Amino acid sequence: MPLITPSQAKAEYDVAIVGSGAGGGQMAYTLTLAGLKCVMLEAGRDYSPAAETPMFMRADNAPLRGATTPDKNFGYYDATVDGGWQVPGEPYTQASDKAEEQFWWWRTRMTGGRTNHWGRISLRNGPYDFKPRSRDGLGFDWPVSYADIDPYYTKVEMLIGVFGTNPGMENTPDSPAGVLLPAPKARLAELVAQKFGKKIGVPFIPIHRAVLTKALDADNIPQKLHPGNAWAQKIVADAMKGRSPCFWATSCGRGCSISANYQSTTVHLPPAMATGNLDLLSNAHVREVEVNKEGKATGVLYIDRTTGKEERVKAKAVVLAASSGDTVRILLNSNAGKNIANSSGLVGRYIMDTVGTSVEGQVPALENVPPHNEEGAGGAHTYAPWWGYKDQAAGKLDFPRGYHIELGGTRHMPSGYNPVADSFLEGSYGSRLKKDMRRYYGSFVEYDCRGEMIPNEKSYCEIDPAVKDKWGIPVLKWHWKWSEHELKQAAHARKTFTSLIETMGGKVFPDGLTKPEQYIEPGGKIIHEVGGAIMGADAKTSVTNAYNQTWDIKNLFLCDGSPFASNADKNPTLTIMALAWRAADYLIEQSRKGNL
Amino acid sequence: MTFDSDSAFDTLADSASASGLPSGLSMPPAHGQHSGSATGSHPGPDAGPVNHALPRLSRRDVLRMLAAAGAFAGHGGSIPDSRAAAPANGVIVPGVSVPYATGYGTDPNLVKLHEIGDLWPLIMSKPQRRAADALCDVLLPADDLGPSATSLNVPAFIDEWVSAPYPKQMEDRPLILEGLDWLDSESTKRFNKPFADLDAASRETLCNLICDTRKAPASLEKAAAFFSRFRSLSCVGYYSTQEGWKAIGFVGNVFTPTFDGPPPEVLKQLDVEQTVA
Repeated sequence: MPLITPSQAKAEYDVAIVGSGAGGGQMAYTLTLAGLKCVMLEAGRDYSPAAETPMFMRADNAPLRGATTPDKNFGYYDATVDGGWQVPGEPYTQASDKAEEQFWWWRTRMTGGRTNHWGRISLRNGPYDFKPRSRDGLGFDWPVSYADIDPYYTKVEMLIGVFGTNPGMENTPDSPAGVLLPAPKARLAELVAQKFGKKIGVPFIPIHRAVLTKALDADNIPQKLHPGNAWAQKIVADAMKGRSPCFWATSCGRGCSISANYQSTTVHLPPAMATGNLDLLSNAHVREVEVNKEGKATGVLYIDRTTGKEERVKAKAVVLAASSGDTVRILLNSNAGKNIANSSGLVGRYIMDTVGTSVEGQVPALENVPPHNEEGAGGAHTYAPWWGYKDQAAGKLDFPRGYHIELGGTRHMPSGYNPVADSFLEGSYGSRLKKDMRRYYGSFVEYDCRGEMIPNEKSYCEIDPAVKDKWGIPVLKWHWKWSEHELKQAAHARKTFTSLIETMGGKVFPDGLTKPEQYIEPGGKIIHEVGGAIMGADAKTSVTNAYNQTWDIKNLFLCDGSPFASNADKNPTLTIMALAWRAADYLIEQSRKGNL
Repeated sequence: MTFDSDSAFDTLADSASASGLPSGLSMPPAHGQHSGSATGSHPGPDAGPVNHALPRLSRRDVLRMLAAAGAFAGHGGSIPDSRAAAPANGVIVPGVSVPYATGYGTDPNLVKLHEIGDLWPLIMSKPQRRAADALCDVLLPADDLGPSATSLNVPAFIDEWVSAPYPKQMEDRPLILEGLDWLDSESTKRFNKPFADLDAASRETLCNLICDTRKAPASLEKAAAFFSRFRSLSCVGYYSTQEGWKAIGFVGNVFTPTFDGPPPEVLKQLDVEQTVA
């Protein structure tokens, strides 16, 4: 990406956008195509997927055959730069020394943020998901309904390209006809799950993911996205033509040098840059939003990581899209640490992640399967949306809300790990070992719960009074607690997965974990951190309004996961983008009316 | 799903103390054989076709990593830079003298071809490496399923692994190095020469004593754990090569114009039908 240095920044921008991931990328895209002059501040270094993605690199080209290490938490070839559950120089702290009360905070420091390595799973929240409190009395309703967000889901899906089908299932919204790209064929373990899932009432269907299974229709989509704006249409059409469809090889987690999947760096930022309206500042670690006496944001104060110096950019409006945790950190550290946009006292409150637990097993029917190519679209093709609404309504379940199931077969490229578990190789060596490896390879299955967490009072973050990062910026301290709702849900998932594997004639691997407190993943582990500045209909009980605009500071918008008022089982990224596009439209309209 | 392949080791080692885990941090039970943890939404690069197939970290692994990097938990504690903290905090396994080395950092060049030995010095002694070569080829010999492990540089990979400055690898280091030493000393005791100089039958005699952790006598418990771990690492090294892909039946990492799903004979074997049009 073309970059500017701090000294090259304009005297004032229309909008300063903090963060370059899904939310920041969407804001930059929408605002610059509407003609606004924007500056984007990214805490990490500049990153080029075209030049840096290790497409086709083999594990034996990598140190330790690509194994996970503390430096690369998801393996050597994961796209993440300077990221992980620890970031050098940027500590965070825990309020409790009990493991189950700690939050694992994942960060990434690169252009495009987490979108470079994410799973590309792009599920719409359903109508129930925006009004959960109205349905079961728990958590909070959003100040928006599905009908408000639906058109923006459609626009985002058309722009980024999402494959999938429209199954017409409860609270699992269909997209309008012609919007989704064709779903890829199911893999073997997915078809087996589907067959046996039916026997126990679990519906496995094609998932929605942001991967181009065919080229986007660059002749028609831009007109639908930007009606009446020929200039924007041409820029977007050119950017779409620069993306190639998937060639069915290499994992999406490496990023994509041919732009076949969505990452902010290949989809949102190229057209935004092409407008000439976006300046990108890398290595800009934002410390505070600056606010004047009239209570308006005037820009941001940041540390240039390359020099360690404090710098400022000025802007008529500020967007924070730094991730829930970093957005909270910036809000609480602003106004010289006295915080901003916090008249409700709720900044940092109601941090949520996704309920995760998994069961693994071995299925004899999957032994000795003839070799065949199962790489596909570099990630999941199939999932089971939450199917329990009727049982829940009938009072048959002991927990509210739901989870979806992600699943995996194991015919992957072996990388940094032994593809067959040790217990299957006891006594084996020599040619027998090679036969055993071939026999068992691909016979292992796994089912993962992705469930809704209900916001609670005990899961939040605040500024640590004592600890600072290497630039002297006070850091976050985390508090965490799963409630009985999540624990019961994890127990249900565990039972379901066990039953599924046994129905297939397989055996579950005993892991010795008997209590949900043991097998539920720690908070933050699923990296669906949302909340911390929830949106609502009332300034007393929320931080932003229905347009991601903070109640207290009219020209300050929060466009990452922080305004989420609930965290449905649906993966949050698509909703972050849809809300951001809508917030950008609102920002443009309000600024034209002179209301900011 | 991935197999961390360190499970046999886990049953024998106190990973909490080996990693210097703060005593205040309660250690959940290990996830059995598998580093299973759900990260389906975040495919690692080597996740393969299904995005759950991450080279995933179990909770234990990450706790170990975090612990190795400094105080994860604790009131007001902080997590310092892992690279800066690693050499200073006593993670180095006692009893094994290792030159200090750093890892590859959080921003390595991913499109550069890596050569073993580029990043950190290899620490196996010559006799250890000779034994490793010999044992690798006992485990994975040349046959109709592919070439020998030594011809695919598998022993060098294991040397790289046990030499690496990361917690999990450092935990493997004493088990592997002491195991190779044991192999030679046991071989010398029984046959009066090091393992690498034994004929095939004598090598098998030794291996049969320790190739099954369930059957090995208590006196050979540690040797059996070594064998299991060494076998697992040999498989990591072998099956991550193109020849290893052929041997195990992995097909992929190649441009294809369409994705057609499993072929008819595979569907038939499992008695399933393709359901996506």
